[in-house]
Amino acid sequence: MALPTSSVITLHINGEKFTLPVDHRTTLLDALRERLDLTGTKKGCDQGQCGACTVLVDGRRTVACLQFAVAAEGREVTTIEGVADGERLHPVQQAFLELDGYQCGYCTPGQICSAIGALQEHAAGWPSAATDDLRPESGPPPLTAEEIRERMSGNLCRCAAYPSIVDAVAQAAGTTATQPAGTQADSEEQAA
Amino acid sequence: MKEFTYQKAADVPGAVALLGADPEARFLAGGTNLVDLMKSGVERPARLVDVRELPLNRIQTTADHGLRIGATVTNSDLAAHPDVRRRYPVLTQAVLAGASGQLRNMATVGGNLLQRTRCAYFTDLTKPCNKRDPGSGCPAIGGEHHNHAVLGASSHCVAVHPSDMAVALSALDCVVHYETADGSGELPIGELYLPVADTPHRETALPPGALITHITLPPSPVAARSRYRKVRERASYAFAIGSIAAALDVRDGVVHDARVAFGAVASRPWRARAAERVLIGAPAVTEAFGAAADAEMAAARPLAHNEYKVTLMRNLTVAVLGELAEEAGR
Repeated sequence: MALPTSSVITLHINGEKFTLPVDHRTTLLDALRERLDLTGTKKGCDQGQCGACTVLVDGRRTVACLQFAVAAEGREVTTIEGVADGERLHPVQQAFLELDGYQCGYCTPGQICSAIGALQEHAAGWPSAATDDLRPESGPPPLTAEEIRERMSGNLCRCAAYPSIVDAVAQAAGTTATQPAGTQADSEEQAA
Repeated sequence: MKEFTYQKAADVPGAVALLGADPEARFLAGGTNLVDLMKSGVERPARLVDVRELPLNRIQTTADHGLRIGATVTNSDLAAHPDVRRRYPVLTQAVLAGASGQLRNMATVGGNLLQRTRCAYFTDLTKPCNKRDPGSGCPAIGGEHHNHAVLGASSHCVAVHPSDMAVALSALDCVVHYETADGSGELPIGELYLPVADTPHRETALPPGALITHITLPPSPVAARSRYRKVRERASYAFAIGSIAAALDVRDGVVHDARVAFGAVASRPWRARAAERVLIGAPAVTEAFGAAADAEMAAARPLAHNEYKVTLMRNLTVAVLGELAEEAGR
């Protein structure tokens, strides 16, 4: 018996369920934009190189262009439309707004979803390529500008609003990008 | 993109059975490479078997105090794991040097080992490529090859393997375990990738239809002092033009043990055994590190535009071994 090349799937997006038939070739990105009118998620390169389509899947940031919608069935997808608490912006959204973390705005939804994921990863103690001390007992490294730039390197901004993006991510994290290295680690050691 | 059927595997035997011996079927895990290649038409599977949710996502300490790492462990989880950070820091550094936070959250260990070259001719269907279309030719040799192989290449293909993780795994003597319909098997990582020869389209020694289930790392005291350094054309989020994974055990100023592997210089992660032979027993000084690099790069056959890699790998070797030796002396 020939297997089908399309399926009826149920996607969980921003706390809602959507049931729709999809050709298996449909990416999560195209399903969001073209089928569900969730056009906040942007299509940039469509090949995993620019980060404009970043969404959170099961709480982790991913690119929606390199996953098929059919494979996302059963996972919790959060897009830019779902990060605010009603009318109250997410702290990362608020920081981008206050500090002009964008110019044309096209990469911004991806930047914000990526920053939300990156800050959770940092809080969980994940190191980055900018982290000198990998020892797990050292806890999250100080969130310096260098750490933020490295952790956000998967999101390109053709307007080059990078300095403001770094400031916005730092503000959202409740720290400042100019904080001297070591300050945060010291305070965490005292807390621990 | 060609139409395809999609099935989710429930367990490992089920996944292997679903794939069968069908040359038009592919396992799908993170998809960061396969989906991209399907979009460009390099890969045209008629069937996908999704293995992402198989129970292969654990990292466990083995009886001999090595590590067993499941094939669907994501790059992110591998890099962040406490035992990897403590006992094999070179592996955490290598994984974090690759791709972006988003891609590392998707990509898996098994897929990372099997990712395809980023040679631009390979992904351009309008160009010949012996790896994609055997016998059609290799335009890179007379064309754009500044980032191509200087070691172990052939007149049929000069593409490099893009993985950072696999370079560290090579230095760590990782063993790759797989499952087939006929049972399970294993390959040391040094035997996973086939020499280029005149068959660049045949990349690994895995039997047809094999599913990588996990990898194992033997205990490696030398790896406690190890690091990965990658050189690329921008500061982050780019493939290597040269990289090194190294581990060094220095006692009384003499190299007691060493592991060295090079990345972005060959069709596979390049274990630098000639360099290791020079290092072990030598004084831990710059001259010895340079001699070790020279011993390895003596086999280099650079092309017109990538001779810089010979110098780059020497400089990387001297720098990274020097740092490890300095750390050991502290």
